[in-house]
Amino acid sequence: MKKTLFLKPILSCLIVTALFSATSVNASELAYVTNEKDDNISVIDLNVNKVIKQIEVGQRPRGIILNQEQTLAYICASESDSIQILDLATEQIIGELPSGEDPETIALHPNGKIIYTSNEDDALLTVIDIESASVITQVDVGVEPEGLAVSPDGKTVVVTSETTNMVHWIDTKTHKNFANTLVGSRPRSAMFTKDNKYLWVSSEIGGTVVILDVASQKIIKEFTFDIRGIHHDRVQPVGIELTEDGRYAFVALGPANHVAVIDRKKMAVDEYLLVGRRVWQLAFNKDQSQLLTTNGISGDVSVIDVERMKVTKSIKVGRYPWGVVIRNKP
Amino acid sequence: MFVTARVKLKKYLIKSMAICLWLFSLNVISSPITLELSYVKFVPQHAPGVANFFKKPEDSGFQGANLAISDSNTTGKFLQQHFTLSSFVATKTPQLLAYFDEQYQQGRRIFILDVPLAQLVQLERWAKNKSVLLFNISESADELRDNQCLSSVLHTIPSDAMKSDALAQWLLYRRMNQVLLIQGSKTEDIELAKSFKRSAKRFGLKIIDEKQWDFNTDLRRSAQQEIPLFTQTIKDYDVVYVADKSKTFAEFLPFNTYLPRPVIGSAGLEALAWHSVIEQWGATQLQNRFIEMADRKMNELDFSGYLAVRSVAESVHKLHSNRSSELIEYINSVDFELAAYKGRKLSFRPWNRQLRMPVALVHPHALVSQSPQPGMLHPITELDTLGFDAQESQCELSR
Repeated sequence: MKKTLFLKPILSCLIVTALFSATSVNASELAYVTNEKDDNISVIDLNVNKVIKQIEVGQRPRGIILNQEQTLAYICASESDSIQILDLATEQIIGELPSGEDPETIALHPNGKIIYTSNEDDALLTVIDIESASVITQVDVGVEPEGLAVSPDGKTVVVTSETTNMVHWIDTKTHKNFANTLVGSRPRSAMFTKDNKYLWVSSEIGGTVVILDVASQKIIKEFTFDIRGIHHDRVQPVGIELTEDGRYAFVALGPANHVAVIDRKKMAVDEYLLVGRRVWQLAFNKDQSQLLTTNGISGDVSVIDVERMKVTKSIKVGRYPWGVVIRNKP
Repeated sequence: MFVTARVKLKKYLIKSMAICLWLFSLNVISSPITLELSYVKFVPQHAPGVANFFKKPEDSGFQGANLAISDSNTTGKFLQQHFTLSSFVATKTPQLLAYFDEQYQQGRRIFILDVPLAQLVQLERWAKNKSVLLFNISESADELRDNQCLSSVLHTIPSDAMKSDALAQWLLYRRMNQVLLIQGSKTEDIELAKSFKRSAKRFGLKIIDEKQWDFNTDLRRSAQQEIPLFTQTIKDYDVVYVADKSKTFAEFLPFNTYLPRPVIGSAGLEALAWHSVIEQWGATQLQNRFIEMADRKMNELDFSGYLAVRSVAESVHKLHSNRSSELIEYINSVDFELAAYKGRKLSFRPWNRQLRMPVALVHPHALVSQSPQPGMLHPITELDTLGFDAQESQCELSR
């Protein structure tokens, strides 16, 4: 109690700053949410926290990323078996990348020239050259590859496979699978830390998040989650986001309907934030003052104010929102 | 407080043991291993009068097991593990037993079984004092989970009791408490109806009347005349439950009942471990892989076969061993968990070796619900609100 009292003035000061900075930044940001069951994308204006339009795309859109210039979005249209290129200025699909069958997630190499995608039905990682729109190679991975991450130094790409329960480590130069690490059941998302030293991986059915040491590819830390009143089987970690300042990790806990906040200094779960139903993927805005979550069953997006650690808004989108990215309004 | 701390410590120890296990398995990856599994089907007499479109494809079950072999080999590639599956069809019991003897001589220890109750019991007798693992993927009879306890057999198909409970919970949730029960005249139908009566009692539903279908009319022509008369009762009912295992008449009940009421059980809303309409929790991917391999949709028997092989392979992945005694010990331990496209991890009940799992409630073209229903509480896991719980079962294989 005392602690709270002492913190109060600082907190309120923070809140004011947060509100101020939030409004100033939001004035120029848009979020793009893929709706898996509606075959479209909801565009949210973060200034007014409303969906301002829907863009029709291919079938079963899931993973979505932006190019470095933030002028194009690459979308996995899983059942159209392609990666579609959406011009964000004209909001038209201007082309496709050859993706192999059923692409689910997608990652961009830091050089901006190569895209990786996981082909869930074929147990493959496809490496695509953007400029020539051609497949450079395909790498065999485990059953139902899902999560993808490229290390910030561009040397390594990892894929998680949901039914094989592994993290596959692949050299981006040679495209050789040089190591495999067994993790908990149904691994989903992977995320490198900014310094390239650690990899965070969530396991949906295992109910855990682990940190792997990139040099040795070994597990060095495991987090479990305990939410009062929710059976541990329903705690199913999926999306992970790490703050750039190294302070927090956010983990979407699926049907537990909460996002866990992990303090990375203390290496412990700080708190659980209640969001919409079956929370899936996460995305920060540019200055990381806000975190958006996609909630599949309730069909909405929750907005988390990162500084106050509060859920401030939920925004109705389409059916089964899956992926989300945020960019500056031009 | 003290108790909580101890529980936490125990959990922590189990977790750290699991991590050690992974690390251990990573260290010994170098030596490749193979595991040969056998799939055995005993061909029963087809029930007469079953419409052609209800007949299961002959390779039901095997194709599921086969897909699991393929999935496990993809994983095995990274772990230097390889799995194979051979298949055998028996028509007579002595032939079946001779096959087992021969396979055992050749060193095979793990068998996936699509065989009826009588043969399962004989195989249990055969397995005595042998380190073998038998998976029952097709026999749902309650007695195997209640009083006829088979120590060498693991059941990956849900019991009739689990399915009846799944339906009864849903009726309770939907406040459809007054049930008209209809059963066929075969023993299997009477047993199935008995299972539902147990569930009705368990969840406080009222069976307002019981009727047995035994006249020999050709329902293809006369359903509209016969069924309304047959389902006319003195008391009003909310729902009709029908027990007709081989579907000789059940499908003629929906839309023909005297009162316009839903039909559940063997027609209308069915409780199943798997159906082609399931697409949540990554199921779409499994369905797609199956269709690509087998050129048809995945049914419940296929799924049970899939679960059996995956249970073995999951243990091999974790232990990096093909020794049947070690695999048996691991599968029966609290550390075993199986991810199986059901949104929950699955494990075997120690007292009767039944795989606990959520049960889907489906009609032919959609998933209606999944039990356990919201609000069903249980001190260990709400999955144990389906079927024979430890206190109710006479089986005490291990607790």
